Amino acid sequence: MTETLPISVTVNGTEYRYEVEPRLLLVHYIRDILNLTGTHVGCDTSNCGACTVLLDNRSVKSCTLLAVQADGCDVTTIEGLAGEEGLHPVQRGFWEEHGLQCGYCTPGMILSAVQLLQRNPEPTDDEIRSGIEGNLCRCTGYQNIVNAIRWAAERLREAEASQTAKQ
Amino acid sequence: MLEGDEEAKILAGGHSLIPLLKLRLVQPSQLVDIARLPGLSYVREDNGAIAVGAMTTHFDVERSGLLMDALPLLPLTAATIGDVQVRNRGTIGGSLAHADPAADLGAAALALGAEFVAEGPAGRRAIPAQAFFVDVLTTALEPAEVVVEIRFPKPAGRVGADYLKFNHRAIDWAIVGIASWLVFDGDVVSDAAVGLTALGSTPLRATGVEQLLRGQKWSRDLAQAAAQRASDGLDPLSDRHGSAAYRLHLARVLTERSLIAAAARAGQQ
Repeated sequence: MTETLPISVTVNGTEYRYEVEPRLLLVHYIRDILNLTGTHVGCDTSNCGACTVLLDNRSVKSCTLLAVQADGCDVTTIEGLAGEEGLHPVQRGFWEEHGLQCGYCTPGMILSAVQLLQRNPEPTDDEIRSGIEGNLCRCTGYQNIVNAIRWAAERLREAEASQTAKQ
Repeated sequence: MLEGDEEAKILAGGHSLIPLLKLRLVQPSQLVDIARLPGLSYVREDNGAIAVGAMTTHFDVERSGLLMDALPLLPLTAATIGDVQVRNRGTIGGSLAHADPAADLGAAALALGAEFVAEGPAGRRAIPAQAFFVDVLTTALEPAEVVVEIRFPKPAGRVGADYLKFNHRAIDWAIVGIASWLVFDGDVVSDAAVGLTALGSTPLRATGVEQLLRGQKWSRDLAQAAAQRASDGLDPLSDRHGSAAYRLHLARVLTERSLIAAAARAGQQ
């Protein structure tokens, strides 16, 4: 198959236009064409969640999407989370609470946590565990990841509160 | 695009089809992505029924207040599908039209008496759930037909629902799943429907259980007695996840638990 289709995808705020084969998976588009290798391929069977990115603000497994399905969409990868003020609170949480060991699952785990905290800013530990049900970690035993997400949830709520207080 | 090409496939959320493509288990001549067709994602009341657009994601079904009030079986079932990322992307129409007998929504659609609205070159037609599921991965849809909406009758009365699934790990496919749907008039079960997942080549109804429940005063003893009939007439697969005998045992045990959970949601202990 040599036929290609033009697609336009905005990744981490930058619009990219490429001609791609219709069979190309989104994760390979991100890694091999855009050279954003923070998004990992773990299982390639939609189980492990290492390839999780946000597509129009919804967490998806980029190994189970064709790049052409993302045409016209906004994608956020791990490279797009940190801002001018430094690491995203979820990234800082993983740092502070030792939420990673080998780091392979971490980008996907962090994006799932970001999705969870957008939908539920005050999750219980059980809700945190449900929120990362689609992400496998083979090092940590998950407890430090749960701690990291709880830490981030607290920082995000503090930031929200001080923002409200200023207004 | 589908007319005259029986090997073409429709791509909705892609969470059943893309894994099969990657395994080379299906090799369609063309993929027609319908995700961008406008107006296929909604939940609304329509002529005394609840209508759900075919491209409504599992997540949107899970979070729909209208469904949680009127048809709680649907969001409770959707919430058990795969994981967060899968529910963000997978669609109700795609999952049902894919017709995997281990998929959860089929049992709920059967139990709720759903009607599938299909559109094709010959126009629109309605297919009752009982006639929709034909065999493993096979539905009553014609090659050029697409499910555009699934309609559910609105129940009259106090309802209780539960979907109980037994699987290896949280995100796995069901080894057995039970969809329980009870309608109460006081403490009498005025209507009952039980859908079965992964107990045959299509989703099924446990009619023996339903008959025993209907018109009876609710009690746990009633649930226990009715659940004994959950395995009547079934001929499930044996595979590495469980033998047929194990699945039949699970059918009875899970039906009892699921009925009790459904009744509890309607305030019946």
